[in-house]
Amino acid sequence: MNNQDQSLIFEISTPGRIGYSLPEMDVTEVSLDDILPAEYIRAEEAELPEVSELDIMRHYTALSKRNHGVDSGFYPLGSCTMKYNPKINENVARLNGFAHIHPYQEAKTVQGALELMYDLQEHLIEITGMDQVTLQPAAGAHGEWTGLMMIRAYHEANGDTGRTKVIVPDSAHGTNPASATVAGLETVTVKSDENGLVDLDDLKRVVGADTAALMLTNPNTLGLFEESILDIAKIVHDAGGKVYYDGANLNAVLSKARPGDMGFDVVHLNLHKTFTGPHGGGGPGSGPVGVKEDLIPFLPKPIVTKQGDQYVLDYDRPQSIGRVKPYYGNFGINVRAYTYIRSMGPDGLKAVTENAVINANYMMRRLAPFYDLPYDRHCKHEFVLSGRRQKKLGVRTLDIAKRLLDFGYHPPTIYFPLNVEEGMMIEPTETESKETLDAFIDAMIQIAKEAEESPEIVQEAPHTTVVKRLDETLAARKPVLRYQK
Amino acid sequence: MKHRYLPMTEQDQKEMLSAIGVSKVDELFSDIPESVRFQGEYNIKQAKSEPALLKELTKLAGRNADLKSYSSFLGAGVYDHYAPIIVDHVIARSEFYTAYTPYQPEISQGELQAIFEFQTMITELTGMDVANSSMYDGGTALAEAAMLSAGQTRRKKILLSTTVHPEARDVVKTYAKGQHVEVIEVPYKDGVTDVAALKELITDEVAGVIVQYPNFFGRIEPLKEIEEIVHSVKSMFIVSSNPLALGALTPPGQLGADIVTGDAQPFGIPSSFGGPHCGYFAVTNKLVRKVPGRLVGQTVDENGKRGFVLTLQAREQHIRRDKATSNICSNQALNALAASVAMTALGKKGVKEMAVQNIQKAHYAKQVLKQKGFEVVFDGPSFNEFVVKLPASYQETNDRLFEQGIIGGYDLGSSYPELQNHMLVAVTELRTKEEIDAFANELGDHHE
Repeated sequence: MNNQDQSLIFEISTPGRIGYSLPEMDVTEVSLDDILPAEYIRAEEAELPEVSELDIMRHYTALSKRNHGVDSGFYPLGSCTMKYNPKINENVARLNGFAHIHPYQEAKTVQGALELMYDLQEHLIEITGMDQVTLQPAAGAHGEWTGLMMIRAYHEANGDTGRTKVIVPDSAHGTNPASATVAGLETVTVKSDENGLVDLDDLKRVVGADTAALMLTNPNTLGLFEESILDIAKIVHDAGGKVYYDGANLNAVLSKARPGDMGFDVVHLNLHKTFTGPHGGGGPGSGPVGVKEDLIPFLPKPIVTKQGDQYVLDYDRPQSIGRVKPYYGNFGINVRAYTYIRSMGPDGLKAVTENAVINANYMMRRLAPFYDLPYDRHCKHEFVLSGRRQKKLGVRTLDIAKRLLDFGYHPPTIYFPLNVEEGMMIEPTETESKETLDAFIDAMIQIAKEAEESPEIVQEAPHTTVVKRLDETLAARKPVLRYQK
Repeated sequence: MKHRYLPMTEQDQKEMLSAIGVSKVDELFSDIPESVRFQGEYNIKQAKSEPALLKELTKLAGRNADLKSYSSFLGAGVYDHYAPIIVDHVIARSEFYTAYTPYQPEISQGELQAIFEFQTMITELTGMDVANSSMYDGGTALAEAAMLSAGQTRRKKILLSTTVHPEARDVVKTYAKGQHVEVIEVPYKDGVTDVAALKELITDEVAGVIVQYPNFFGRIEPLKEIEEIVHSVKSMFIVSSNPLALGALTPPGQLGADIVTGDAQPFGIPSSFGGPHCGYFAVTNKLVRKVPGRLVGQTVDENGKRGFVLTLQAREQHIRRDKATSNICSNQALNALAASVAMTALGKKGVKEMAVQNIQKAHYAKQVLKQKGFEVVFDGPSFNEFVVKLPASYQETNDRLFEQGIIGGYDLGSSYPELQNHMLVAVTELRTKEEIDAFANELGDHHE
């Protein structure tokens, strides 16, 4: 069934069928012509599908079967922390008192929601070691931009208007330089040294009176902890800059190291990663930002505060960068993250990181004989292999990724970070069992052998998916971005 | 410790540490210098069991007055609508919600096709050529539209009508500051954009003009007139639209819009205290390579079979990095899916019928209030919202309504100082005649 071409919903549409049940019209109707100008009354109906409720359910069920999620199988997509998404989170987020409340209800009618937001802020403050947190940003990249806008506002408030540069390591997430650009700042790259860490000499070279901030992920995108983090922070602080923590990899250091204790001034978190979002096929996420004391005045407004036993939204923040999003952030995702944190508790979160790091190191050691390991030291929650050995045999990392699909796995993140040739970034997470890891390792070993003995099996993969490799050039050259009859 | 989300047993741990070649877990963290090592445990609440936590959080949720227990006349950008029950059954399928961005198209055809269908539905409703895979929400989508216009025209000024949602305007201003773009607000007159003032303000330095249709007061903006003014200086015409309204109203694409954005929340997405919702972003063909965010395109596989991929990614931040015009690298896929299912369930007939029901019910409420002697301010062609001048204070009125199980409309005085004690009343298809009459009666008691 799944190997048949899948119809579009528009292709199963039949005039006369409906899939809805609108409320009864119980008021006196008037003719639209009497109350709207003719030129603003829609002349032709939008061509939306006409299908029955069962048609809809079958259609989307069929689509879901053509999709791989964490619940379908192992998903070691590096940097994305594809851990299990707890089901209680979904139930809690759907409670009427959370799902069906309006952002403009008066504070006294939504005390439960405000209390949850406040308590989540408090938990994130403790987890990050920062002094205050805003829940407003919608995603990690949105949080990055928010953080940089605050740093810019901070420097400007000090009359320090010449700080226009953001220093970013060559291994950084692609969003870092993009966020800097849309915050009106320029990016300067700092090199990595032979150990995959920030090159301190190069940092000293690029830092200066024009430095607004350094953006850093720690552990970095290679899964390596920046051991000289205090020196790095000092170099930047001495030059008058701020240090920004990209929290994408927080799963590696829960209860082990807090950004606030490492010299960071601003941190964003990806609640859909470390705190079980879920990822939703690409969103919605949530990207809270934490700051140290001196940046608090610049937080986006409003902030949830407590006055006596009442929770309130504080808009009286004259130095705020303003709003970065309507309302108060992705509350529904924040509810899920809060539920997760409360399900784990302090010892649970500690075990999360320990198990995630054991899993990653175990996989790295077992795979090291078969693939190149560019940086041979303990990793944190993820590690990066290089497929350059296989490339010499005519098998590229892309081929290895596609071959993994035949085993029912989502491949690792590939060709990232940019400073590793034929990179494969593997992040198992703590919610996977040893049996799952072993089975994946076996598949990777088999693929390494295939690369030597029968490379065409790998080069022509995948063999078992509902479609073969797709022509991306055609898609880009002649874009077909919507269905046409 | 044992936890249902953590499968590692003591035996597993022993074997794995041995394979790694260390004797203790701590050795794996030896690269974290002592000076920054966190000691002990976080000072946060202890873990709770599933039943205990569910009980606690259910109680906490119960401390909120929800829209399903109260009768709500609150809109102002977020609406209580009919969400076909099937929507939640689809988005609860974990193949969708536990997946990430469809980077591997061979095992993500379901999500990719769903987005392709979403893009199609948005183009149908807006009358535009191309729609992307979704944005965070209507406010940020609008801000991205403003930035696109500045980038495209190489001009640094945006004209923003004051009849646009106040919080969306705030977001536009924050984004504009980031990219050194100036925002000038255009006043309103009689509840719609002041066209004469717009004519005064427009110059060939203006990158884009932003209006909302229907606008924040519920009124239908004169898009035709505005379009001529905007295009006379080759500015871009940016329209923010409630997509449900477009089931009944002429789509902005047919009225000359260059970019149409908005929020698909009215289609099956719960209000959820303001988020997550689902922004949409639609443009003319001319702008297809400038669209922020993700696009899904149709293609074929090696055997010629139809399939879908993320496409035109050269625009995206992860390739352009510091040359990016936008840093968005995700979308609201799951909510776009919810909106798709709702738009599918409503379909060609239902979207129109639902939109018309909104117009009819809001019109009925307006008439009832007028009959009771209330002043409907800015009265004129409108969708599902209108403005009422209250004879008493907003606070007093709203408190009284709440006591009667009614969540009153939006306090316009909170964002328009000249409109103290004016209420923005939203009437969706879910409000029954009985509820509307009760609402009017409660307001009426004050009037005497």
